[in-house]
Amino acid sequence: MIKVRIPTPLRPLTKGQGEVEAKGSSIEEIITNLDQTHPGLRGRLCDEKGELRRFVNIYVNEEDIRFLKGKETALKDGDEVSIVPAIAGGR
Amino acid sequence: MDFTDAQIQRYSRHIILPEVGGKGQKKLSRAKVLIIGAGGLGSPAALYLAAAGVGTIGLMDGDVVDLSNLQRQILHTTATVGTPKVESGRHMLAALNPDVTVKIYQANISADNIMRFLPDYDIILDGSDNFPTRFLVNDACYFAKKTLISGSIFRFEGQLTTIKPHEGYPCYRCLYPEPPPAGLVPNCQEAGVLGVLAGTIGVLQATEAIKEILGIGETLADRLLIYDALEMKFRKVSRPKDSACPLCGAHPTIKDLSGDYAVTCTI
Repeated sequence: MIKVRIPTPLRPLTKGQGEVEAKGSSIEEIITNLDQTHPGLRGRLCDEKGELRRFVNIYVNEEDIRFLKGKETALKDGDEVSIVPAIAGGR
Repeated sequence: MDFTDAQIQRYSRHIILPEVGGKGQKKLSRAKVLIIGAGGLGSPAALYLAAAGVGTIGLMDGDVVDLSNLQRQILHTTATVGTPKVESGRHMLAALNPDVTVKIYQANISADNIMRFLPDYDIILDGSDNFPTRFLVNDACYFAKKTLISGSIFRFEGQLTTIKPHEGYPCYRCLYPEPPPAGLVPNCQEAGVLGVLAGTIGVLQATEAIKEILGIGETLADRLLIYDALEMKFRKVSRPKDSACPLCGAHPTIKDLSGDYAVTCTI
């Protein structure tokens, strides 16, 4: 199982949980499995073409998957996945 | 210029730090920092930068103080509700440290005016509250070769990074290539924010600004700091330079500020 950190804006989809567990050997599999347990999550992360949205980053441990193999980035037990969307508040 | 006895006393806890010393304190007194947004992030950042003896602080904000601001915007007080935020801020900073020159701009930043202000400053602090402004400030700082300390907050979560592509580091677009379309993520006043979170992130922005001025410590220019107040957890992730970045990459498509930076936030 892979631990996935859920950011504040997406927590309404995980009943407020900041961390969920998911099965999968790649980011793509994790997204597919998470979307089954937490419907709607895929749509928040990916656009209509299935590409990761340009204002959402996904990290495996400390590395941004856009600089690895994107959604095909492989995962192993103990990896931590973090979803980090851009936020803009300041005032 | 030498410090007066009162200044030596005021800054004594800095001056006795080997990493700061009299030399560092002089660097601070010569530094010029522009704070965009005299609000949740800008308030604590401005107060600590003024307390630290940063010589010139620019405050830019077009709003007036509202009662609902006081839950987090500690530059302002109940007595200054209804007055321009930059006036209220100048009053507070002058009361804290008369050594500081406070310049105020009662305007919202735009593609038309930003390049007029940036040349007068060394470091820019972004404390704005919407995506178009954040992309505009990033792009303008890139063209003007100014170091940008970017902080942002949302509900219980904050992000912080230092942006200095002119020193070979990534820009904000390397991190997030495009802003979300309007309406997809809540921003501005609709989201709610834990007041003290603005203090945490704003003070961290001031910390990074002071480190940049003094040239000490580790830079946050290749990392993104993520703070979760509910879990009381800080995490750092890597922030690589994107060779395909539309602004600072090998084949840039953004070459000036003529793009669309309209603030589309509707409440």
